[in-house]
Amino acid sequence: MLRKLFKFHGGVKPATHKDAATASPIVTPPLPARLKVPLHQSIGGTPRPLVKAGDKVLKGQRIGGADGNVSSAVHAPTSGTVLAVEPVVTAHASGLSTLSVIIEPDGEERWIERQPIDLRATPADEIRDYLRDQGVVGLGGAVFPSHLKLKASREKPTRTLVINGAECEPFITCDDMLMRERAAGIVSGIRVMRQILGAEEVIVGIEDNKPAAVDAMTLAVQTAGLDQVSVVAIPTRYPAGGAKQLIRVLTGIEVPHGARSTDYGVQCFNVGTAYAIHEALELDQPLISRIVTVAGNVGQPRNYEVLFGTPMNELVALAGELPGTDAYIMGGPMMGFRMPAFDVPVVKATNCVLVSSPSLFPPPPPEMNCIRCGECAKACPADLQPFELYWFSRAKNFGKAQEYHLFDCIECGCCSYVCPSHIRLVDYYRFAKSEIWARERDKDAADAARERFDFRNLRQEREKQEKAARLAAKAAETRAKLAGESGDDDKTTSSAKPSQAEEAKKALIAAALEKARQQKERAPVPPRNTDNLSADKQAEIDAIEARRAAARQEAE
Amino acid sequence: MNTSPYLRKTTAVNSVMLRVLIALLPAICAYAWQFGAAILVQLAISTATALFAEAAMLAARGKPARLYLTDLSAVVTAWLIALSFSPITPWWLMVTATLVAIVIAKHLYGGLGQNPFNPAMVAFCTMIVAFPALMSQWPGAGQLDFHTQLELILGGARQLDAITAATPLDALRTGLREGGADVTVPGLMAGPAFGALGGAGWEWIALGYLIGGLFLLQQRIITWHMPAAFLLALAATALLMWGMRPDRFGSPIFHLASGGTMLAAFFIVTDPVSGATTPKGKLIFAAAIGALTYVIRSFGAYPDGIAFAVLLLNICVPLIDMQTQPPVFGHKRD
Ligand code: SF4
Ligand code: SF4
Repeated sequence: MLRKLFKFHGGVKPATHKDAATASPIVTPPLPARLKVPLHQSIGGTPRPLVKAGDKVLKGQRIGGADGNVSSAVHAPTSGTVLAVEPVVTAHASGLSTLSVIIEPDGEERWIERQPIDLRATPADEIRDYLRDQGVVGLGGAVFPSHLKLKASREKPTRTLVINGAECEPFITCDDMLMRERAAGIVSGIRVMRQILGAEEVIVGIEDNKPAAVDAMTLAVQTAGLDQVSVVAIPTRYPAGGAKQLIRVLTGIEVPHGARSTDYGVQCFNVGTAYAIHEALELDQPLISRIVTVAGNVGQPRNYEVLFGTPMNELVALAGELPGTDAYIMGGPMMGFRMPAFDVPVVKATNCVLVSSPSLFPPPPPEMNCIRCGECAKACPADLQPFELYWFSRAKNFGKAQEYHLFDCIECGCCSYVCPSHIRLVDYYRFAKSEIWARERDKDAADAARERFDFRNLRQEREKQEKAARLAAKAAETRAKLAGESGDDDKTTSSAKPSQAEEAKKALIAAALEKARQQKERAPVPPRNTDNLSADKQAEIDAIEARRAAARQEAE
Repeated sequence: MNTSPYLRKTTAVNSVMLRVLIALLPAICAYAWQFGAAILVQLAISTATALFAEAAMLAARGKPARLYLTDLSAVVTAWLIALSFSPITPWWLMVTATLVAIVIAKHLYGGLGQNPFNPAMVAFCTMIVAFPALMSQWPGAGQLDFHTQLELILGGARQLDAITAATPLDALRTGLREGGADVTVPGLMAGPAFGALGGAGWEWIALGYLIGGLFLLQQRIITWHMPAAFLLALAATALLMWGMRPDRFGSPIFHLASGGTMLAAFFIVTDPVSGATTPKGKLIFAAAIGALTYVIRSFGAYPDGIAFAVLLLNICVPLIDMQTQPPVFGHKRD
């Protein structure tokens, strides 16, 4: 099973700190007293709340309905009573509150009725909708709704399904433990995904520092009797678990920034997501919990199967929090971010609660000037020149920064990690990106304002035209009447006799509209249906119109 | 607030600079062995001046003095100046040169990392233009005892022709120029100023630089691009000329082993701050310096051409970098 592996440029090899948390199996913590389940836990629209305070909910009951297709449902992690639906500070660096359902568990863990769907009889579209309503999202940390990714590109069939078990960030071991303990479920999920995508081959990429996981997965694939599924140990090098880096390592394909990997015939899912898909479809269990690593400043780093909504501090307490904790980091030490509070709830994106202390993660030494040593460029997996981006971002030369591919930066942190001048490069990129976004928002706002203004002008113009048309129609009617009364004016107007009033009216209105239009354009071409009017008559009509218009304007 | 990444490698600027200084030690030992302890005096003078100037400039610019003084970059500059100047340079010239490097070439451009020109080379060029005679007096290997050297450094009267010989490069060029058609390279190289490969005594120092350079490569402080491109371009140009007129031009080996070639290859063109940064740009930058060095050495009026070649190419760095940006991830086949 030797397979040609490819290299990605750059990367770093920080100490992995993974052994402690893999020494003991995954455990389920006791039910917390309260679960605070945020409705917005994935990329896309915020789900609508489906319950209100006082409602009884069952385990797995949908409490937030997907808001459109780019969204994902949210479910009650256990049975109990809804205490409130209110904003709660959520697991996000911004510290903003989002609407959450507060549930008091009744301790009975009563499930909703479950009925796995028949995968063979169900069309792919329905399976996707089903996954959306089961709340399945990417569990690697990006929480992108999975149903949206289970769709081949129109131009190209999906040849390869890449399953990401690399788990390259130090400290995090949730995928490792999941693969060791539940490989069969993952493989089952892989089978379903492959069927929906119609992928020829599946490659499971696992960093070679997880031999136990590689063995477990290999065995599970053999047991399931799947062909064209290979489990591949890849060299341990951060960020090998970045989707694009992993696809590159396993297939040699480089998916550029902003492109969809399916356009290149590849799709990539995290092992946790594969397992969640298995649970959602084959056991009819919506996504209500996940494996979370608790590591860092704790006595016993460990993996827990945690219900969403569990406050992080309760979870950390189980692992024996040590004194000196200054913050919780969600995610790993390379890309994770600080939580705004200790009691924020665990959400679908929480792969790890990394307990930080000043001795574990000391503040960086003071920044010095860039010496252009190029270490950052050597480490950058996106093949960027980070120091150039740094200069441009610092100088607020955002145009140049974008020219040097600022938005191709995946914020992996390799450059900051290696910089001998201790420049917090990623912070500069975050700053530059947010500035550019802010400017674009401002520009959009200005555009919208201009559009509104244009629209108002347009509306006023249209109203004016309509008014003119009405006046013209009236005038024409009068004229038609006159013509009808005299009965002998000329051939054309005679066609507009009262006996054919209906047609005449229509024709006249059309004529009037035409005239109004032409007046507006100041076109010298005379109106079609009235071209035989004598100059006097026309002058008369115009005069009447003008008077009426004046009168109306006064009345308004 | 602390933001990700929370982990960082433990290298710091000063550890990089320290390893550069260590890499210079083999050559310094060879230097002292072949030419006497004067070089150590020069190193001391330039180091003291550099640290003083650095501290004064940092204070004047309101920068944290402790942080930047301990980065050791000033010491590296000082050592490079001392090593590229004659060991019997009078003390005041060494002090002035170091001041020019630190105050003008470094701090007036914004300090560490901001200088577009290599400070040591700026110092060298300024001094050779200002004091061409003093800058051209080099003792031969083992020619002067330490006492005489010290006297010269302290400003003692110079009976120059009696006590100094020209550097091998100088000797070759002037010899060829003044001797007319009768003098040939092999004839000149039989003279006392020359050793087996290049200048007498200089070969050992060149070997020292080579060892130090390999150490830097092994430590991944420099990449192979610049030394390789520089040495190859210099050797290739030399080979071209020598192949046509072996009696009028020095051999490639002579050029590689003479003057500051090895010092430049591993310690001067590789200065990250003032050099090109992209892999392709590094090759272009260093190769151009190599070829230009040969031209200035062979046809110019100065004893060595490296400093001028480096400064000329420093000017081109922004252009080179801009034109050689490597393709980013996913855009390689575009
Ligand atoms: S690693 Fe730091 S000092 Fe070196 S080039 Fe990059 S930003 Fe500059
Ligand atoms: S954070 Fe961005 S610039 Fe830095 S190494 Fe990662 S991708 Fe490159």
